[in-house]
Amino acid sequence: MNNVFRGFGAVFYKESLHIRRDFSTLFFSLIIPILQMFLLGYGIDTNIRQINTVIYNADGRQQSRELLDRLKNSDTFHLIRYVNNDRDLNDAIISGKCRVGIKIPVDYSDRLLHQTGAQVLVLIDGSDSSVAGQAINVTTAIGLDESLRRVLASSDATFPVEMRPKILFNPDSRSPNFFLPGLVAVLLLNVTTFLTAFSIVREKERGTLEQLFVTPVRPMGLLLGKLLPYLAIGFFELSMLLVAMRFLFRVPIHGSVLLLAFLSLPYLFVSLSLGILISSKATTQAQAMQLAFLTILPSIFFSGYIFPRETMPKFFYVLSYFVPAAYYINITRGIILRGAGWVHLWSDALVLFMMGSFLLIIAARRFHNKIIMA
Amino acid sequence: MTSSTKPSISAQHLVRRFGHFTAVDDVSFRVEKGEIFGFLGPNGSGKTTVIKMLTGLLPLSGGHAEVEGFDVNKDAEAVRENIGYMSQNFSLYTDLTVSENLTFYGRIYGLSNDHLRKRMDEVVQLNGLGPYINRLASRLSGGWKQRLALGCAMLHQPKLVFLDEPTAGIDPVARRQLWDLLFDLSGHGITFFVTTHYMDEAERCSHVAYLYFGKLIADGTPDSLRELPDVQLPGTLRIEITTPQVTRALRFAREIPGVRSATIFGQSIHALVDENCDMEGLRKELLKKNITVAEIRPLAPSLEDVFVELTSKHQAEQEATRE
Repeated sequence: MNNVFRGFGAVFYKESLHIRRDFSTLFFSLIIPILQMFLLGYGIDTNIRQINTVIYNADGRQQSRELLDRLKNSDTFHLIRYVNNDRDLNDAIISGKCRVGIKIPVDYSDRLLHQTGAQVLVLIDGSDSSVAGQAINVTTAIGLDESLRRVLASSDATFPVEMRPKILFNPDSRSPNFFLPGLVAVLLLNVTTFLTAFSIVREKERGTLEQLFVTPVRPMGLLLGKLLPYLAIGFFELSMLLVAMRFLFRVPIHGSVLLLAFLSLPYLFVSLSLGILISSKATTQAQAMQLAFLTILPSIFFSGYIFPRETMPKFFYVLSYFVPAAYYINITRGIILRGAGWVHLWSDALVLFMMGSFLLIIAARRFHNKIIMA
Repeated sequence: MTSSTKPSISAQHLVRRFGHFTAVDDVSFRVEKGEIFGFLGPNGSGKTTVIKMLTGLLPLSGGHAEVEGFDVNKDAEAVRENIGYMSQNFSLYTDLTVSENLTFYGRIYGLSNDHLRKRMDEVVQLNGLGPYINRLASRLSGGWKQRLALGCAMLHQPKLVFLDEPTAGIDPVARRQLWDLLFDLSGHGITFFVTTHYMDEAERCSHVAYLYFGKLIADGTPDSLRELPDVQLPGTLRIEITTPQVTRALRFAREIPGVRSATIFGQSIHALVDENCDMEGLRKELLKKNITVAEIRPLAPSLEDVFVELTSKHQAEQEATRE
């Protein structure tokens, strides 16, 4: 009689019936992440290209036009406007129509000819830091390249040092490749944390939880019985997301799909346990909903999904170690993009599994002490 | 199996405090096997708290309780194996069918498939749930919900069943049928612990107790309570005066010498009068006020009378100790 999982089978049976009866909730829970994947997969391009640029070419001669052609060919700048004075150059940026303004001074060609050092003014709108950074990098590189070519042309030498960067694992820097494996982690919350967050609080509201407490069902039996049907749903959702990612967005999976499926289980487990814990704390479904929403933003911003964890302030970097999505994103990107294997990722999976067990044990303790009833 | 002389419930000096508030104050009683034990009291008097203590949902702040021979504090799980519980709002899963609800509760108690099927047949037969077996619980009427809830609570053949206000919000026919069922089952040796507000239900119990704001102020068979000296004051008599003009009659009756107290009961007045009171004199006194009396007859106190008397006596004592 000392079976800590007592009642598991009965609760599993009942919970599966609840899910089947409430088919519309299940349907929407499954379909909404897919729709979101479509929106974000098609809509977001993290590569900065075609920045609107305004040009004030005071020189206007052959040399200056060559420079403009180089800027245009970089694919970074989109030259949409040509002006004839400083005022208009400034206004184009202040109004937000252009993010970059380039002024080629009237003596540009003369200075090049006399080798006295020509200067080009680049005005950059700093209100979007990633655009500004890209504009600085590309203009500086073009400037450096121009200078070197001119210096070398006169001395007949070769480049003493040449950097040859090679991007591994996403050579074309395709946005979906970078974006979707992380998005999977966030979207899975919709069928894990959110669904289980309601499962216990619903019984509190109906008064059926009290009835269950008078039966010999044990807390772990109750919680796992509630959790496991949703694990199956989460797994199904994961498969749908991966299929959409692979075949619609053509993100190649370099590693083993089986390993990915296996290492997803601990993440699903954590997310479900978190929902269960929320459900045991909340007293109404509305409260549970709010608490579940609380898990989304950290999963997006502190997980390395958008911003690299390494660049976070120290405090938040430490905080990010407590965000399950951080570990899972390392797993998905690892397997999908880098072709990582078990040896590279087992520790992430282990951490997730321990987090899940920890959350579930806390939830079970609350039942043991009947805090829920008081 | 414990010896049959052991009581089904033995509660000794139960105390439950919530902070500074004492919800249950030194309550002791015994419920014998096979009894229908009626547990009465006003709302908020602590009835549900006592049930929660006896079912192991709430730890005791003091005292000792054994249910079916098991200590509720030490062996709550063994207690739960042996009891059934039906809460105030028939905690059913309304999106599950009758048979699914029964299956779930059967499996919770670990019944094997064969045993479960056999017990489901028995319970369905007993409760007359047959025609509704595949209906969603949400689409059952109140009376049938109650029967299903009772069925779920009885599936594992508990020796003791707690029913917390089983007839609240149920129509009179369903109420009567439930009680017939309870008598039937108690004949098979099952003990019932029932809370209720209905006095007619209390009259049908073999044993009643009355909880008044955490204190047990009455405990015994309905007949023994009627004969309590506090209820049946020496030298007094309880009478029923039947008259068409009850309200007017009540006003005057209270002024007649020899009448100690009077209250309206439907088309009649129940009055407590001196033992040597002259009935004919009473009739004449009322006739003087133009009140025609159809009948005056002696009356045994109802349980309601008993509880009203005991409550007012208890209140008086409380005020006396406060002063």
